[in-house]
Amino acid sequence: MMNKLSLTGLLALVVRRDLLLAMRRRADVLTTLVFFVMVVSLFPLGVGVGQGPEAQMLTKIAPGVVWVAALLASMLSLGRMFSADYLDGTLEQMLLAPQSLPVLVLGKILAHWMTSGLPLVLMAPVLGLQFNLPSGQLGVLVLGLVLGTPVLSMLGAVGAALTLGLRGGGVLVSLLVLPLCIPVLIFGAGAVEAVASGMDYVAHLKLLAAIAVAATVLTPWVTAQALRISME
Amino acid sequence: MAINWFKYSAPSTFYALAGKLAPWFAAFAAILFAVGLYIGLYVAPTDATQGDAYRIIYIHVPASILSMFIYLVMAGYAALGLIFNTRLSAMMANALAPTGALFTFIALWTGAFWGKPTWGAYWAWDARMTSELILLFLYLGFIALHASIDDPRRADRASALLAIVGSVNVPIIYYSVRWWNTIHQGATIKPTGVSMEATMQKALLAMFLACWAYAIAMTLWRVRSIILERERTTQWVQEMPEAK
Amino acid sequence: MSFSEFIDMHDRGFYVWSAYGTTLLIFVVEIALVVHKRKLTLKQIRMMRDAEGEQ
Repeated sequence: MMNKLSLTGLLALVVRRDLLLAMRRRADVLTTLVFFVMVVSLFPLGVGVGQGPEAQMLTKIAPGVVWVAALLASMLSLGRMFSADYLDGTLEQMLLAPQSLPVLVLGKILAHWMTSGLPLVLMAPVLGLQFNLPSGQLGVLVLGLVLGTPVLSMLGAVGAALTLGLRGGGVLVSLLVLPLCIPVLIFGAGAVEAVASGMDYVAHLKLLAAIAVAATVLTPWVTAQALRISME
Repeated sequence: MAINWFKYSAPSTFYALAGKLAPWFAAFAAILFAVGLYIGLYVAPTDATQGDAYRIIYIHVPASILSMFIYLVMAGYAALGLIFNTRLSAMMANALAPTGALFTFIALWTGAFWGKPTWGAYWAWDARMTSELILLFLYLGFIALHASIDDPRRADRASALLAIVGSVNVPIIYYSVRWWNTIHQGATIKPTGVSMEATMQKALLAMFLACWAYAIAMTLWRVRSIILERERTTQWVQEMPEAK
Repeated sequence: MSFSEFIDMHDRGFYVWSAYGTTLLIFVVEIALVVHKRKLTLKQIRMMRDAEGEQ
Protein backbone atom coordinates (compact mmCIF):
# COMPACT_ATOMS: atom_id res chain seq x y z
CA MET A 1 0.00 0.00 0.00
CA MET A 2 2.85 2.35 0.81
CA ASN A 3 4.31 2.00 -2.67
CA LYS A 4 1.17 3.38 -4.25
CA LEU A 5 1.55 6.63 -2.36
CA SER A 6 1.79 9.64 -4.61
CA LEU A 7 4.23 12.42 -3.82
CA THR A 8 1.51 14.69 -2.49
CA GLY A 9 0.11 11.79 -0.55
CA LEU A 10 3.52 11.22 0.97
CA LEU A 11 3.82 14.88 1.81
CA ALA A 12 0.44 14.94 3.51
CA LEU A 13 1.28 11.81 5.46
CA VAL A 14 4.56 13.19 6.77
CA VAL A 15 3.06 16.55 7.65
CA ARG A 16 0.17 14.92 9.48
CA ARG A 17 2.49 12.65 11.42
CA ASP A 18 4.86 15.40 12.48
CA LEU A 19 2.00 17.68 13.45
CA LEU A 20 0.46 14.92 15.54
CA LEU A 21 3.77 14.34 17.28
CA ALA A 22 4.18 18.06 17.83
CA MET A 23 0.72 18.32 19.35
CA ARG A 24 1.68 15.67 21.87
CA ARG A 25 4.58 17.85 22.89
CA ARG A 26 2.72 21.11 22.89
CA ALA A 27 5.13 22.53 25.41
CA ASP A 28 7.95 22.58 22.85
CA VAL A 29 5.88 24.55 20.39
CA LEU A 30 4.67 26.98 22.99
CA THR A 31 8.08 27.62 24.50
CA THR A 32 9.37 28.74 21.12
CA LEU A 33 6.48 31.13 20.82
CA VAL A 34 6.97 32.48 24.32
CA PHE A 35 10.68 32.92 23.58
CA PHE A 36 9.79 34.97 20.53
CA VAL A 37 7.48 37.25 22.47
CA MET A 38 9.96 37.62 25.29
CA VAL A 39 12.90 38.53 23.07
CA VAL A 40 10.84 41.11 21.22
CA SER A 41 9.67 42.59 24.50
CA LEU A 42 13.19 42.76 25.88
CA PHE A 43 14.50 45.06 23.20
CA PRO A 44 12.70 48.24 24.26
CA LEU A 45 13.86 47.64 27.82
CA GLY A 46 17.42 47.08 26.77
CA VAL A 47 17.58 49.87 24.23
CA GLY A 48 15.97 52.29 26.63
CA VAL A 49 13.10 53.59 24.60
CA GLY A 50 9.37 53.43 24.91
CA GLN A 51 8.23 56.69 26.36
CA GLY A 52 7.99 60.18 25.01
CA PRO A 53 9.83 61.38 21.96
CA GLU A 54 11.96 58.28 21.82
CA ALA A 55 8.90 56.17 21.17
CA GLN A 56 9.47 56.89 17.51
CA MET A 57 12.70 54.98 17.68
CA LEU A 58 10.74 51.95 18.76
CA THR A 59 8.75 52.04 15.57
CA LYS A 60 11.95 52.34 13.59
CA ILE A 61 13.65 49.36 15.15
CA ALA A 62 10.48 47.23 15.25
CA PRO A 63 10.94 45.36 11.94
CA GLY A 64 14.55 44.53 12.74
CA VAL A 65 13.72 43.37 16.23
CA VAL A 66 10.83 41.18 15.11
CA TRP A 67 12.88 39.62 12.34
CA VAL A 68 15.90 38.91 14.53
CA ALA A 69 13.63 37.39 17.14
CA ALA A 70 12.03 35.24 14.44
CA LEU A 71 15.48 34.07 13.35
CA LEU A 72 16.47 33.17 16.88
CA ALA A 73 13.19 31.42 17.63
CA SER A 74 13.49 29.45 14.43
CA MET A 75 17.04 28.37 15.26
CA LEU A 76 15.97 27.34 18.76
CA SER A 77 13.30 25.00 17.50
CA LEU A 78 15.43 23.25 14.88
CA GLY A 79 16.48 20.46 17.18
CA ARG A 80 12.92 19.20 17.02
CA MET A 81 13.01 18.52 13.32
CA PHE A 82 15.07 15.39 13.18
CA SER A 83 16.35 14.49 16.63
CA ALA A 84 13.30 12.60 17.90
CA ASP A 85 13.17 10.46 14.79
CA TYR A 86 16.93 10.04 14.84
CA LEU A 87 16.92 8.81 18.41
CA ASP A 88 14.19 6.23 18.02
CA GLY A 89 15.35 4.87 14.67
CA THR A 90 12.54 6.21 12.54
CA LEU A 91 14.93 8.38 10.57
CA GLU A 92 16.96 5.35 9.59
CA GLN A 93 13.80 3.76 8.25
CA MET A 94 13.01 6.89 6.32
CA LEU A 95 16.41 6.75 4.67
CA LEU A 96 15.89 3.14 3.72
CA ALA A 97 12.36 3.64 2.47
CA PRO A 98 11.73 3.54 -1.28
CA GLN A 99 9.87 6.83 -1.06
CA SER A 100 11.55 10.00 -2.13
CA LEU A 101 13.65 11.34 0.74
CA PRO A 102 13.54 14.97 -0.43
CA VAL A 103 9.74 14.90 -0.41
CA LEU A 104 9.79 13.37 3.06
CA VAL A 105 12.14 16.13 4.17
CA LEU A 106 9.90 18.77 2.61
CA GLY A 107 7.04 17.37 4.64
CA LYS A 108 9.07 17.64 7.82
CA ILE A 109 10.07 21.18 6.97
CA LEU A 110 6.46 22.11 6.32
CA ALA A 111 5.37 20.61 9.62
CA HIS A 112 8.21 22.41 11.37
CA TRP A 113 7.17 25.71 9.87
CA MET A 114 3.60 25.14 10.92
CA THR A 115 4.69 24.66 14.51
CA SER A 116 7.33 27.37 14.67
CA GLY A 117 7.09 29.91 11.84
CA LEU A 118 3.33 30.10 11.53
CA PRO A 119 2.70 30.91 15.21
CA LEU A 120 5.28 33.67 14.89
CA VAL A 121 3.47 35.09 11.89
CA LEU A 122 0.21 35.06 13.81
CA MET A 123 1.83 36.63 16.86
CA ALA A 124 3.56 39.40 14.91
CA PRO A 125 0.59 41.81 14.64
CA VAL A 126 0.24 41.80 18.42
CA LEU A 127 3.90 42.56 18.81
CA GLY A 128 3.67 45.21 16.14
CA LEU A 129 1.15 47.00 18.28
CA GLN A 130 3.65 46.90 21.14
CA PHE A 131 5.96 48.92 18.95
CA ASN A 132 3.28 51.27 17.65
CA LEU A 133 3.75 50.02 14.15
CA PRO A 134 1.27 51.61 11.72
CA SER A 135 -0.99 49.18 9.93
CA GLY A 136 0.65 49.58 6.52
CA GLN A 137 4.05 48.61 7.88
CA LEU A 138 2.52 45.89 9.99
CA GLY A 139 0.91 44.34 6.95
CA VAL A 140 4.18 44.25 5.04
CA LEU A 141 5.94 42.86 8.11
CA VAL A 142 3.50 39.97 8.32
CA LEU A 143 3.63 39.36 4.59
CA GLY A 144 7.40 39.27 4.74
CA LEU A 145 7.30 36.83 7.63
CA VAL A 146 4.90 34.58 5.69
CA LEU A 147 7.40 34.45 2.83
CA GLY A 148 10.53 34.39 4.95
CA THR A 149 9.88 32.07 7.89
CA PRO A 150 9.52 29.01 5.65
CA VAL A 151 12.96 29.81 4.26
CA LEU A 152 14.30 29.91 7.81
CA SER A 153 12.86 26.45 8.40
CA MET A 154 14.34 25.23 5.13
CA LEU A 155 17.83 26.58 5.75
CA GLY A 156 17.55 25.36 9.32
CA ALA A 157 16.75 21.88 8.06
CA VAL A 158 20.09 21.74 6.26
CA GLY A 159 21.87 22.77 9.45
CA ALA A 160 19.86 20.37 11.60
CA ALA A 161 20.63 17.49 9.24
CA LEU A 162 24.35 18.25 9.24
CA THR A 163 24.56 18.45 13.02
CA LEU A 164 22.43 15.39 13.78
CA GLY A 165 23.29 13.90 17.14
CA LEU A 166 26.22 16.20 17.83
CA ARG A 167 26.99 17.76 21.18
CA GLY A 168 27.06 21.52 20.98
CA GLY A 169 23.56 21.22 19.59
CA GLY A 170 21.58 24.38 19.19
CA VAL A 171 24.44 26.81 19.26
CA LEU A 172 26.36 25.00 16.55
CA VAL A 173 23.33 24.87 14.25
CA SER A 174 22.72 28.58 14.78
CA LEU A 175 26.36 29.35 14.03
CA LEU A 176 26.09 27.49 10.75
CA VAL A 177 22.66 28.65 9.64
CA LEU A 178 22.37 32.28 10.73
CA PRO A 179 24.83 33.66 8.15
CA LEU A 180 22.81 31.98 5.42
CA CYS A 181 19.61 33.62 6.67
CA ILE A 182 20.94 37.13 6.38
CA PRO A 183 19.41 37.92 2.96
CA VAL A 184 15.98 36.98 4.32
CA LEU A 185 16.52 39.30 7.26
CA ILE A 186 17.65 42.12 5.00
CA PHE A 187 14.73 41.91 2.61
CA GLY A 188 12.12 41.18 5.25
CA ALA A 189 13.03 44.10 7.48
CA GLY A 190 13.89 46.22 4.47
CA ALA A 191 10.41 45.87 3.06
CA VAL A 192 8.90 47.37 6.20
CA GLU A 193 11.40 50.20 6.22
CA ALA A 194 10.58 50.88 2.58
CA VAL A 195 6.93 51.34 3.50
CA ALA A 196 7.97 53.61 6.35
CA SER A 197 9.95 55.86 4.03
CA GLY A 198 7.35 55.76 1.30
CA MET A 199 9.47 53.83 -1.13
CA ASP A 200 8.69 50.77 -3.17
CA TYR A 201 8.42 47.70 -0.98
CA VAL A 202 7.13 45.25 -3.55
CA ALA A 203 10.62 44.58 -4.88
CA HIS A 204 11.74 43.38 -1.45
CA LEU A 205 8.80 41.03 -1.19
CA LYS A 206 9.37 39.74 -4.70
CA LEU A 207 12.97 38.95 -3.81
CA LEU A 208 11.81 37.19 -0.67
CA ALA A 209 9.41 35.16 -2.77
CA ALA A 210 12.19 34.32 -5.22
CA ILE A 211 14.42 33.16 -2.38
CA ALA A 212 11.53 31.11 -1.02
CA VAL A 213 10.97 29.39 -4.34
CA ALA A 214 14.66 28.66 -4.83
CA ALA A 215 14.91 27.32 -1.30
CA THR A 216 11.87 25.08 -1.77
CA VAL A 217 13.47 23.56 -4.84
CA LEU A 218 16.98 23.15 -3.47
CA THR A 219 16.88 22.62 0.27
CA PRO A 220 14.96 19.32 0.44
CA TRP A 221 17.50 17.68 -1.79
CA VAL A 222 20.48 19.20 0.03
CA THR A 223 18.97 18.23 3.37
CA ALA A 224 18.46 14.68 2.14
CA GLN A 225 22.15 14.52 1.20
CA ALA A 226 23.09 15.93 4.58
CA LEU A 227 20.96 13.29 6.31
CA ARG A 228 22.67 10.53 4.36
CA ILE A 229 26.06 11.94 5.29
CA SER A 230 25.13 12.13 8.96
CA MET A 231 23.64 8.68 9.08
CA GLU A 232 26.08 6.50 7.21
CA MET B 1 52.64 11.25 -22.83
CA ALA B 2 50.06 9.84 -20.50
CA ILE B 3 49.91 11.75 -17.25
CA ASN B 4 48.72 9.79 -14.31
CA TRP B 5 46.59 12.51 -12.76
CA PHE B 6 45.50 10.29 -9.95
CA LYS B 7 49.01 9.56 -8.85
CA TYR B 8 48.99 12.63 -6.67
CA SER B 9 45.59 11.93 -5.20
CA ALA B 10 47.21 9.35 -2.98
CA PRO B 11 48.10 10.95 0.30
CA SER B 12 51.56 9.46 0.40
CA THR B 13 52.66 10.79 -2.97
CA PHE B 14 51.06 14.15 -2.38
CA TYR B 15 52.81 14.39 0.97
CA ALA B 16 56.16 14.19 -0.76
CA LEU B 17 55.16 16.60 -3.51
CA ALA B 18 53.83 19.15 -1.05
CA GLY B 19 57.07 18.91 0.89
CA LYS B 20 59.08 19.72 -2.20
CA LEU B 21 56.88 22.57 -3.44
CA ALA B 22 56.12 24.41 -0.22
CA PRO B 23 59.59 25.89 0.39
CA TRP B 24 59.61 27.33 -3.13
CA PHE B 25 56.30 29.08 -2.61
CA ALA B 26 57.48 30.33 0.74
CA ALA B 27 60.60 31.77 -0.85
CA PHE B 28 58.57 33.43 -3.61
CA ALA B 29 56.25 34.86 -1.01
CA ALA B 30 59.11 36.31 1.00
CA ILE B 31 60.70 37.94 -2.05
CA LEU B 32 57.40 39.28 -3.35
CA PHE B 33 56.47 40.67 0.06
CA ALA B 34 59.81 42.45 0.26
CA VAL B 35 59.39 43.91 -3.22
CA GLY B 36 55.75 44.80 -2.76
CA LEU B 37 56.22 46.45 0.61
CA TYR B 38 59.25 48.37 -0.60
CA ILE B 39 57.37 49.82 -3.55
CA GLY B 40 54.10 50.25 -1.71
CA LEU B 41 55.34 51.79 1.48
CA TYR B 42 58.40 53.64 0.28
CA VAL B 43 58.54 54.27 -3.44
CA ALA B 44 54.91 54.85 -4.39
CA PRO B 45 53.78 58.45 -4.03
CA THR B 46 51.41 59.71 -1.40
CA ASP B 47 47.83 59.79 -2.58
CA ALA B 48 46.42 63.25 -3.27
CA THR B 49 43.06 62.72 -1.57
CA GLN B 50 43.73 60.10 1.08
CA GLY B 51 47.22 60.87 2.24
CA ASP B 52 49.43 58.04 3.37
CA ALA B 53 46.68 55.97 5.00
CA TYR B 54 45.81 54.64 1.54
CA ARG B 55 48.96 52.51 1.69
CA ILE B 56 46.95 50.02 3.67
CA ILE B 57 45.28 48.89 0.47
CA TYR B 58 48.49 47.07 -0.44
CA ILE B 59 47.59 44.49 2.18
CA HIS B 60 43.83 45.04 2.45
CA VAL B 61 42.94 44.42 -1.20
CA PRO B 62 45.09 41.31 -1.67
CA ALA B 63 43.80 39.88 1.62
CA SER B 64 40.16 40.44 0.61
CA ILE B 65 40.61 38.93 -2.82
CA LEU B 66 42.43 35.98 -1.38
CA SER B 67 39.85 35.44 1.34
CA MET B 68 37.16 34.97 -1.29
CA PHE B 69 39.38 33.06 -3.69
CA ILE B 70 40.44 30.60 -0.99
CA TYR B 71 36.82 30.00 -0.04
CA LEU B 72 35.99 29.08 -3.61
CA VAL B 73 39.00 26.77 -3.88
CA MET B 74 38.00 25.23 -0.56
CA ALA B 75 34.46 24.66 -1.80
CA GLY B 76 35.91 23.22 -5.00
CA TYR B 77 37.99 20.68 -3.10
CA ALA B 78 34.95 19.97 -0.94
CA ALA B 79 32.91 19.22 -4.04
CA LEU B 80 35.67 17.00 -5.46
CA GLY B 81 35.81 15.12 -2.18
CA LEU B 82 32.07 14.53 -2.19
CA ILE B 83 31.88 13.51 -5.84
CA PHE B 84 35.01 11.36 -6.16
CA ASN B 85 35.21 10.26 -2.54
CA THR B 86 38.88 11.21 -2.34
CA ARG B 87 40.14 11.72 1.19
CA LEU B 88 42.89 14.04 0.04
CA SER B 89 40.40 16.54 -1.39
CA ALA B 90 38.75 16.83 1.99
CA MET B 91 42.15 17.21 3.63
CA MET B 92 42.99 20.06 1.27
CA ALA B 93 39.72 21.79 2.08
CA ASN B 94 40.53 21.53 5.78
CA ALA B 95 44.05 22.78 5.19
CA LEU B 96 42.77 25.84 3.32
CA ALA B 97 40.17 26.91 5.86
CA PRO B 98 42.41 28.43 8.58
CA THR B 99 44.46 30.39 6.05
CA GLY B 100 41.28 31.64 4.42
CA ALA B 101 39.78 32.64 7.74
CA LEU B 102 42.95 34.50 8.75
CA PHE B 103 43.05 36.40 5.47
CA THR B 104 39.41 37.34 6.02
CA PHE B 105 40.29 38.65 9.45
CA ILE B 106 43.24 40.57 8.02
CA ALA B 107 40.94 42.09 5.40
CA LEU B 108 38.50 43.20 8.07
CA TRP B 109 41.16 44.52 10.42
CA THR B 110 43.15 46.42 7.80
CA GLY B 111 39.90 47.70 6.34
CA ALA B 112 38.97 49.13 9.71
CA PHE B 113 42.34 50.87 10.08
CA TRP B 114 42.00 52.26 6.59
CA GLY B 115 38.47 53.41 7.24
CA LYS B 116 39.16 55.34 10.40
CA PRO B 117 41.56 57.97 9.06
CA THR B 118 39.92 58.10 5.65
CA TRP B 119 36.20 58.16 6.38
CA GLY B 120 36.14 58.69 10.12
CA ALA B 121 34.94 55.31 11.32
CA TYR B 122 36.54 51.97 12.01
CA TRP B 123 33.47 50.14 10.79
CA ALA B 124 30.91 51.19 8.20
CA TRP B 125 28.45 48.38 7.41
CA ASP B 126 29.07 48.87 3.74
CA ALA B 127 28.42 45.95 1.40
CA ARG B 128 31.98 44.73 1.13
CA MET B 129 32.92 44.86 4.79
CA THR B 130 29.63 43.30 5.89
CA SER B 131 29.90 40.50 3.35
CA GLU B 132 33.50 39.98 4.43
CA LEU B 133 32.34 39.63 8.03
CA ILE B 134 29.75 37.06 6.99
CA LEU B 135 32.45 35.24 5.03
CA LEU B 136 34.44 35.00 8.26
CA PHE B 137 31.38 33.44 9.92
CA LEU B 138 31.13 30.94 7.08
CA TYR B 139 34.78 29.95 7.50
CA LEU B 140 34.36 29.61 11.26
CA GLY B 141 31.21 27.54 10.76
CA PHE B 142 33.11 25.19 8.46
CA ILE B 143 35.95 24.78 10.94
CA ALA B 144 33.54 24.40 13.87
CA LEU B 145 31.44 21.77 12.15
CA HIS B 146 34.48 19.71 11.18
CA ALA B 147 35.83 19.95 14.70
CA SER B 148 32.52 18.86 16.26
CA ILE B 149 32.26 15.55 14.44
CA ASP B 150 34.39 12.70 15.72
CA ASP B 151 34.10 10.36 12.77
CA PRO B 152 36.58 11.72 10.17
CA ARG B 153 34.58 10.59 7.17
CA ARG B 154 31.36 12.13 8.39
CA ALA B 155 33.25 15.26 9.41
CA ASP B 156 34.80 15.60 5.96
CA ARG B 157 31.55 15.08 4.12
CA ALA B 158 29.37 17.22 6.35
CA SER B 159 31.74 20.19 6.30
CA ALA B 160 32.16 19.74 2.56
CA LEU B 161 28.41 20.05 2.05
CA LEU B 162 28.37 23.09 4.28
CA ALA B 163 31.17 24.72 2.28
CA ILE B 164 29.27 24.18 -0.96
CA VAL B 165 26.03 25.56 0.48
CA GLY B 166 28.00 28.52 1.78
CA SER B 167 29.61 29.24 -1.55
CA VAL B 168 26.22 29.36 -3.26
CA ASN B 169 25.14 31.84 -0.63
CA VAL B 170 28.12 34.17 -0.86
CA PRO B 171 26.98 36.01 -4.02
CA ILE B 172 23.41 36.18 -2.71
CA ILE B 173 24.58 37.60 0.59
CA TYR B 174 26.86 40.07 -1.16
CA TYR B 175 24.12 41.40 -3.42
CA SER B 176 21.54 41.58 -0.67
CA VAL B 177 23.90 43.56 1.54
CA ARG B 178 24.83 45.81 -1.37
CA TRP B 179 21.18 46.56 -2.01
CA TRP B 180 20.57 47.17 1.68
CA ASN B 181 23.54 49.42 1.68
CA THR B 182 22.60 51.57 -1.30
CA ILE B 183 19.19 52.13 0.27
CA HIS B 184 20.60 53.08 3.60
CA GLN B 185 23.53 55.14 2.61
CA GLY B 186 22.75 56.51 -0.83
CA ALA B 187 26.09 57.19 -2.41
CA THR B 188 28.13 54.51 -0.73
CA ILE B 189 31.66 54.71 0.45
CA LYS B 190 33.74 53.66 -2.49
CA PRO B 191 36.92 52.03 -1.36
CA THR B 192 38.42 52.40 -4.80
CA GLY B 193 38.79 56.14 -4.63
CA VAL B 194 42.49 55.97 -5.16
CA SER B 195 43.83 56.89 -8.57
CA MET B 196 46.06 54.06 -9.63
CA GLU B 197 49.50 55.09 -10.74
CA ALA B 198 51.85 52.62 -12.35
CA THR B 199 53.96 52.19 -9.21
CA MET B 200 50.83 51.63 -7.15
CA GLN B 201 49.68 48.94 -9.56
CA LYS B 202 53.04 47.22 -9.40
CA ALA B 203 53.00 47.22 -5.62
CA LEU B 204 49.46 45.87 -5.56
CA LEU B 205 50.31 43.09 -7.98
CA ALA B 206 53.44 42.14 -6.07
CA MET B 207 51.55 42.04 -2.77
CA PHE B 208 48.74 40.01 -4.28
CA LEU B 209 51.14 37.43 -5.68
CA ALA B 210 52.99 37.42 -2.37
CA CYS B 211 49.82 36.64 -0.42
CA TRP B 212 48.88 33.99 -2.96
CA ALA B 213 52.27 32.26 -2.71
CA TYR B 214 52.12 32.53 1.07
CA ALA B 215 48.66 30.92 1.14
CA ILE B 216 49.83 28.06 -1.05
CA ALA B 217 52.90 27.48 1.11
CA MET B 218 50.87 27.49 4.34
CA THR B 219 48.23 25.20 2.91
CA LEU B 220 50.79 22.70 1.61
CA TRP B 221 52.60 22.62 4.93
CA ARG B 222 49.38 22.29 6.85
CA VAL B 223 48.04 19.51 4.67
CA ARG B 224 51.24 17.56 5.30
CA SER B 225 50.44 17.48 9.02
CA ILE B 226 46.83 16.59 8.29
CA ILE B 227 47.93 13.73 6.04
CA LEU B 228 50.30 12.42 8.70
CA GLU B 229 47.63 12.54 11.33
CA ARG B 230 44.99 10.82 9.24
CA GLU B 231 47.26 8.22 7.75
CA ARG B 232 49.19 7.56 10.93
CA THR B 233 48.23 3.90 11.01
CA THR B 234 49.57 3.20 7.54
CA GLN B 235 52.91 1.64 6.88
CA TRP B 236 54.46 4.50 4.95
CA VAL B 237 53.87 6.86 7.84
CA GLN B 238 55.06 4.44 10.48
CA GLU B 239 58.27 3.86 8.55
CA MET B 240 58.92 7.50 7.81
CA PRO B 241 62.44 8.71 8.66
CA GLU B 242 61.07 11.83 10.33
CA ALA B 243 59.12 9.75 12.78
CA LYS B 244 62.08 7.81 14.03
CA MET C 1 60.35 59.91 1.34
CA SER C 2 62.73 60.40 4.19
CA PHE C 3 62.97 57.80 6.90
CA SER C 4 61.10 59.85 9.50
CA GLU C 5 58.35 60.47 6.99
CA PHE C 6 58.27 56.73 6.38
CA ILE C 7 57.69 56.06 10.05
CA ASP C 8 55.01 58.60 10.71
CA MET C 9 53.40 58.52 7.27
CA HIS C 10 52.40 62.17 7.49
CA ASP C 11 50.56 61.60 10.73
CA ARG C 12 48.89 58.40 9.59
CA GLY C 13 51.59 56.20 11.03
CA PHE C 14 49.43 54.73 13.76
CA TYR C 15 46.92 53.36 11.28
CA VAL C 16 49.34 52.13 8.67
CA TRP C 17 51.61 50.40 11.14
CA SER C 18 48.73 48.96 13.17
CA ALA C 19 47.39 47.43 10.00
CA TYR C 20 50.69 46.02 8.78
CA GLY C 21 51.86 45.13 12.26
CA THR C 22 48.78 43.05 13.00
CA THR C 23 49.13 41.35 9.63
CA LEU C 24 52.72 40.46 10.38
CA LEU C 25 51.68 39.16 13.78
CA ILE C 26 48.98 36.99 12.22
CA PHE C 27 51.44 35.56 9.68
CA VAL C 28 53.94 34.77 12.43
CA VAL C 29 51.26 33.11 14.55
CA GLU C 30 49.99 31.10 11.60
CA ILE C 31 53.46 29.84 10.76
CA ALA C 32 54.09 29.00 14.40
CA LEU C 33 50.84 27.05 14.58
CA VAL C 34 51.67 25.05 11.45
CA VAL C 35 55.14 24.21 12.77
CA HIS C 36 53.71 23.29 16.15
CA LYS C 37 51.07 21.04 14.63
CA ARG C 38 53.70 19.17 12.66
CA LYS C 39 55.81 18.61 15.76
CA LEU C 40 52.77 17.40 17.67
CA THR C 41 51.74 15.00 14.90
CA LEU C 42 55.23 13.52 14.57
CA LYS C 43 55.38 13.06 18.31
CA GLN C 44 52.01 11.32 18.23
CA ILE C 45 53.26 8.95 15.53
CA ARG C 46 56.42 8.16 17.47
CA MET C 47 54.39 7.39 20.55
CA MET C 48 52.09 5.14 18.57
CA ARG C 49 54.99 3.25 17.12
CA ASP C 50 56.71 2.85 20.46
CA ALA C 51 53.50 1.55 21.96
CA GLU C 52 53.17 -0.98 19.17
CA GLY C 53 56.81 -1.92 19.43
CA GLU C 54 56.29 -2.94 23.00
CA GLN C 55 53.56 -5.39 22.08
